[in-house]
Amino acid sequence: MSTTDAFAGRDPYRIGHGRDWVSTGAGRGYVYATGHGEGGPASKRVIVGYGFWIFLLSDIVMFSAFFAAHAVLQTATAGGPSGRELFNWWSIAIQTACLLASSFTCGLSAVATEARSQIWTQVGLLVTGLLGLAFLVLEGRDFAGMVMQGAGPQRSAFLSPLFAVVGLHGLHVSAGLLWLGTMMAQVFVKGFRADILRRLVCFNLFWHALDIIWVALFTIVYLIGEGR
Amino acid sequence: MSHETDTRRPGDVGPGFMDAAEVSVREGIARYVIGFVLASALTAASFAVLDTSLIWGPGIPVALVVLAIAQIGVHLVFFLHITTAPDNTNNVLALAFGVLIVALVIAGSLWIMAHLNDNLMPMQQMMQMQR
Repeated sequence: MSTTDAFAGRDPYRIGHGRDWVSTGAGRGYVYATGHGEGGPASKRVIVGYGFWIFLLSDIVMFSAFFAAHAVLQTATAGGPSGRELFNWWSIAIQTACLLASSFTCGLSAVATEARSQIWTQVGLLVTGLLGLAFLVLEGRDFAGMVMQGAGPQRSAFLSPLFAVVGLHGLHVSAGLLWLGTMMAQVFVKGFRADILRRLVCFNLFWHALDIIWVALFTIVYLIGEGR
Repeated sequence: MSHETDTRRPGDVGPGFMDAAEVSVREGIARYVIGFVLASALTAASFAVLDTSLIWGPGIPVALVVLAIAQIGVHLVFFLHITTAPDNTNNVLALAFGVLIVALVIAGSLWIMAHLNDNLMPMQQMMQMQR
C-alpha cells in the first residue's frame, strides 16, 4: 500500500475532516487529512461514480426541458383527443410496476456483485433486462394504438411533446437494455475486474435514474393529465 | 489500467455503493427490499388517489406531486444511496444544483408562457384584423 492509501478512511475526498481512523494492509491507526491536497486525488472508483452522477443530473436537466414543453402545451389539444380519452390505465400501471421491479432487481444484482457472485449477478441483470423489455413492449403497443387512432405526434400541440418526452424515456430504456446486454457479456468473459466493477456501478446508477424519471413522468404526464 | 486489482477500502464509496464499510449481503438486500416496499406503496397511493373521494378534487394534482417527490426521495436514498454522510457531500451538492436548474426550467417556462398566453390576442380577433 502506498502512502496515499492511508488517507482513504471516512474522508475519501481528502477534504480534511481532521483525524480519521483507518485500517489498511500496512496497519491500523489515525491519519490526518489536512485538506491541502496532500492526500492525493480520490480513487478512480469515487471519481467515476461522481462523474457519472453529474452526467445523470445533466440528463435530468434535459428531461426537464421536455417536461416544461409538455406542461405548457398540456391543454392545447386543438380539438383532438385529450389524455383522458387516450391513456390506457392498466398498461401504464403495469409499465410502472415493471420498471420499479427492474430497478429493485438491478439493486439486488449490485448486492450480488458486492458478494462477487457471478451467477446471481447475471440472474439479477437478466431479470432486470426482461422487465425492461416488457416495459418497452407495452409502451410500444400504447404508442402504436394511439397512432392507429389518428392521435399521433402530429395531431396536436398536446400530443407532440407527449410523444417526445415518453419517447425520449423509452429511448433511454432501449439504450440501457443494450448496455445491460454488454455488461452481462463483460462480467461473464472478464469477471469482476476493477474496470468492469466501475462500469457496473455506472450502469446501476443509470438504471435507477431512469426509474426516477419515470416517477416524474407517470405522475405529471399520465396521472395529472388523466385527472384533469 | 485494464488489469489493475480491485482496491476497495472501507468508506471508499461513491453513489450507487453500499455507503457503509463492508455491508453484508443480508443488509444490502434488506436495504433494497425496504426501498422497494416504500416505493411500491407510494406508487400504489398515486394510482389510488385518482379514484378517491377522500381528497378534494382540485387538490389531487398537489397530492400526486407530493407523492412523486416522496418516491423520488425514497429512490435516491435506498437505490442510489445518496445520503448526508461526509463522503457524499459532492454528490449531494451536485444534486442540489440539478434540482435548482430543473425547478428554474419548469417553473420559469410555465410562468412565462402563462403570461404570454394572457397577453395574446384571441384567435377570433386576430382573424378579423387580418381581413
